[in-house]
Amino acid sequence: MNLLDHFNYYVVITLMMVGFYIIMARNNLVKKVIGLNIFQAAVILMYVTMGRVHDGTAPILADGPDVVYSNPLPQVLMLTAIVVGVATTALGLALVVRIQENYGTIEEDEIRALEDAS
Amino acid sequence: MSAETATDFSAHLPALAVMVPLMTAPLVVIFRNSKVAFGLSLAAAWSVFGMILKTLMLTLEHGGWVYELGGWKAPIGIVYNVDTVAAFVMLIVSGIGALVLSYAPMSVAREIPENRQTLFYSAFLLAMTGLLGMTITGDAFNVFVFLEISSLASYTLVAMGSSRNGFTAAYRYLIMGAIGGTFILIGIGLMYMMTGTLNMADLAERLPEVAHTRTIMASFAFVIVGAGLKLALWPMHTWLPNAYTYAPSVASAFISATGTKVMVYVMLRFVFGIYGTEFAFTELSLGLPFAVLGLGGIYAASTAAIFQTNFKRLLAYSSVGQIGYIVLGMSLATVGGLAAAILHLFNHAIMKAGLFMAAGHINHQVGSVRLADLEGIGRKMPITMGLIAIGGAGLIGVPLTVGFVSKWVLISALAEQDLWWVVGLALASSLLAVAYIWRFVEVAWIREPAPALEHVTEVPFWLWGPTAVMMTLSIVFGVWGAGTTEVAMEAARILLGVAA
Amino acid sequence: MTAQTAILLTMIIPLVVAALVAILGRVASANVRDTVMVVVAASLFPVVMTLWPEVTAGGRPELIWVEMFPGLPIAFKVEPLGLVFGMVASFLWPVTALYGIGYMRGHHEKHQTRFFFYFSAAISAAMGIAWSGNLMTLFAFYEALTLSTYPLVAHHQDEASLKAGRVYLGILLFTSVAFLLSAIVWTGSVAGTLDFRDGGILSGHVHGWHVPVLLGLFAYGIGKAALMPFHRWLPNAMVAPTPVSALLHAVAVVKAGVFSVMKVVVYVFGLDLLSSTSASVWLMYVAAFTILTASLIAMTKDNLKERLAYSTISQLSYIVLGAAMATKAGFVGGSMHIAMHAFGKITLFFVAGAIYVHTHKKYVSQLDGLGRKMPLTFLAFGIGTLSIIGLPPTGGMWSKWFLALGALQAEQPLLVAVFMISSLLNVAYLLPIMARAFFLPPSEETAALPDKDAPWATLVPPLISAVGCIVLFFWADALRSLLVPVVGV
Repeated sequence: MNLLDHFNYYVVITLMMVGFYIIMARNNLVKKVIGLNIFQAAVILMYVTMGRVHDGTAPILADGPDVVYSNPLPQVLMLTAIVVGVATTALGLALVVRIQENYGTIEEDEIRALEDAS
Repeated sequence: MSAETATDFSAHLPALAVMVPLMTAPLVVIFRNSKVAFGLSLAAAWSVFGMILKTLMLTLEHGGWVYELGGWKAPIGIVYNVDTVAAFVMLIVSGIGALVLSYAPMSVAREIPENRQTLFYSAFLLAMTGLLGMTITGDAFNVFVFLEISSLASYTLVAMGSSRNGFTAAYRYLIMGAIGGTFILIGIGLMYMMTGTLNMADLAERLPEVAHTRTIMASFAFVIVGAGLKLALWPMHTWLPNAYTYAPSVASAFISATGTKVMVYVMLRFVFGIYGTEFAFTELSLGLPFAVLGLGGIYAASTAAIFQTNFKRLLAYSSVGQIGYIVLGMSLATVGGLAAAILHLFNHAIMKAGLFMAAGHINHQVGSVRLADLEGIGRKMPITMGLIAIGGAGLIGVPLTVGFVSKWVLISALAEQDLWWVVGLALASSLLAVAYIWRFVEVAWIREPAPALEHVTEVPFWLWGPTAVMMTLSIVFGVWGAGTTEVAMEAARILLGVAA
Repeated sequence: MTAQTAILLTMIIPLVVAALVAILGRVASANVRDTVMVVVAASLFPVVMTLWPEVTAGGRPELIWVEMFPGLPIAFKVEPLGLVFGMVASFLWPVTALYGIGYMRGHHEKHQTRFFFYFSAAISAAMGIAWSGNLMTLFAFYEALTLSTYPLVAHHQDEASLKAGRVYLGILLFTSVAFLLSAIVWTGSVAGTLDFRDGGILSGHVHGWHVPVLLGLFAYGIGKAALMPFHRWLPNAMVAPTPVSALLHAVAVVKAGVFSVMKVVVYVFGLDLLSSTSASVWLMYVAAFTILTASLIAMTKDNLKERLAYSTISQLSYIVLGAAMATKAGFVGGSMHIAMHAFGKITLFFVAGAIYVHTHKKYVSQLDGLGRKMPLTFLAFGIGTLSIIGLPPTGGMWSKWFLALGALQAEQPLLVAVFMISSLLNVAYLLPIMARAFFLPPSEETAALPDKDAPWATLVPPLISAVGCIVLFFWADALRSLLVPVVGV
């Protein structure tokens, strides 16, 4: 088994962990949203690459009986997941805007201090 | 009834029940008038409730059926799995939704600015759509889609609260919720990778062949953790207390009663319906960790509830504790245990919705739900306090309330397995509930009314009426527990795939 | 009226009274509210008595209400033991209500409407306990009784009553949930049923050390029976107004406790099971210990109500002891004692409250010479005392007689000695009160009081219950013949 066979998964896992780390460790609310995006992008990548069939071509109807197509379903699924991701990002950023308006900061520790004080 | 009789109109009811709120949601926004919005939402919610009631009766009478959306057969098309369990959970969602909406206008008028009220109703309907769809769908990816619909709507609802804390609460809820949702997505992806199908029935059929692969085990872990996050399984509950506390009263009542409950149901579907009892409980021995987490949640969250100074937050921590009972029931993986879990879904939904609605009464009249501001409120708002007393008795598990019915079924299930020390722990934990309920009771009744409360009066009928209905249900199903217990038993048998 | 209607009515009448009190308390004067309450309350006893002929003839009227769990309904079944409890509670309720009016007004208590509301609700729960046809029903109404009496204990809403309320609720709920409910689950899982049946349901299903452990779970789970060491709630609850003490300590709460113990012993375990396995011997000694210790503590108490409270703890254990003996005479004696002690002790509490309202004295040491000022009040006290001690011509004599007989049947001569010592202790802590009141010279303060007895509303009820003590002396055989069929002739 060639280690490089699983090349895509290395990328996926690296991206996923990077995103996850940002969500957990960053203090800035916008950066957390960015982390979430990276995290979701990793999952999208996972789906899309797993649909790829060896030597397969794009799943567009072509002539010839021997044409091997990649699996189109994961890509379709990911269209939905991207929409969900965009919606989540939009909502998250909207909330950050409102938090900035109300607290005057988007640093989590400062917000927490303000909350404890009130 | 089977797929062949799908021409019969009533076979379309479950799909219609998802479509109606989905279609009403944009309609509500178009009109830009909060009264129209309320009217439309209410009509949608009650009609959905009616449809689902009919569906439940059909499933009880004829058994379940598979509904093919657009006539596309599985695995190409997406199907809805209509059975007693799904219908029962949908009944909870739509019933609570309809009752909470009936109570909404006055509470919403007080807590949400006029220009956002239509959006509130729209988000409410979307949340309901997501929860209903998640329950009934027979397609694993579809679960994720509906999950995100309901989650996004819920974040919005939470953020609409009147205090700025609502925004941070919603933000944290969003981050945790998105992680949970994505985890479930990963789990589903890994399953698809191994089986090539997303249809739940097919998945259940094909999984055993590949169950020993690391991929499936990983997918199992992702699904459990993701669902655990979403259903606020202790100790992954940290998003919940703030979200419930700072959400508008109507949203708190609805989300607390249904959001986590539907997630529990999704987890049940995945664990028992797809992975199978054998895989989850025998090979991966999920029972012990679940029992530990359940008991841990019961004790940790109930203890935390005792020390809260805000009534809604107290109720929120109590919710985490009550989820512990559900998880404890699940951990048994027996008909009795699952029945207890499913029954408590229903019973706790009624109690908690009613209690959050009653908290909404207080917020409506006093403008605060902090215990320090509520001294002696009992004499000013006797009806509300009476209703809270009924709900509180339910949380404690006093006989003749729904809480006791759940507790009895759970204890019997534990006793069946000779887990006597767990019986003792579960019983002793109800004393924690006594402690946190009594904290409120003493503040509300025993203290002399604070001067600030002098002009506080009882809420009008349109607020307390629906709450009273909810609490009456809690007594009706507490006294006549046989009916709900039978349904829950039937549901548990379906999930476990055993004959009666 | 069919028996089923009667059963239902006995639980509905108190609720109707509660509702009337709540409504009239808002819209009508206190006089109207109180008159209606007493008049309607007085109709309860006749309704209960309509069940008497059928039960004495061997009938066991049943009423199945609604299925709470599959195969486990909320069911009611009238049997002799329950009938005794039901009669006592229903008879003493209007009397206590009348007394409560006098006391609460004389003492200018606040929140009288709330007080009478929960008071009536508690009676409804007590009736449910009396007729309960299975353990589940019993448990449900048992908890209802605890919760409906909490507002009565915490009535004054000050720190002391709050604390007492917490202890009250804490102990009663803890024991019932932790012990009683587990015992019920255990019983259900081994016996397959929770119905109360003649001869018990556990026979042949539990063996060896399980029997005494299960019995212990029941005996301590029913915290209202105030078996040591779970008795602390009772003296604590003395901060409540005296009518509550009367209701709690004579009629509803504690009697519901010992009644439940008796019922469990007879209809769940069955006397044969206990006597053949000696599983209840330990309980006999715990009860005997409680009898003696509580009596000794009572002697040290100067506060009259506290002294009566410890006396109650001691007397309750007579009944538990009667149950634990698992003999026929023990059962008859213990069951009769439910009635006898109820009438005797409520008289004493009535008098204690009457003295307090009238003269604001609550310590035994303040009572010197008061008997001459309040002769009728102390006459009632004297009769109540005789009944508690167990001397003729009062009913208390018969129950003690049968209990002693039961101890002999159980071949426990030591217990006979306990009864005798305990009676002496009763003499030692109750008679001095009489002696002080009648024979010691009045203190200056007492001498300054006008020559006037307690007002009628607080005087008539103790006289009624005192007469009841004497009537029971002559009527004891009717009770005995009612009870005997339960355990076979």
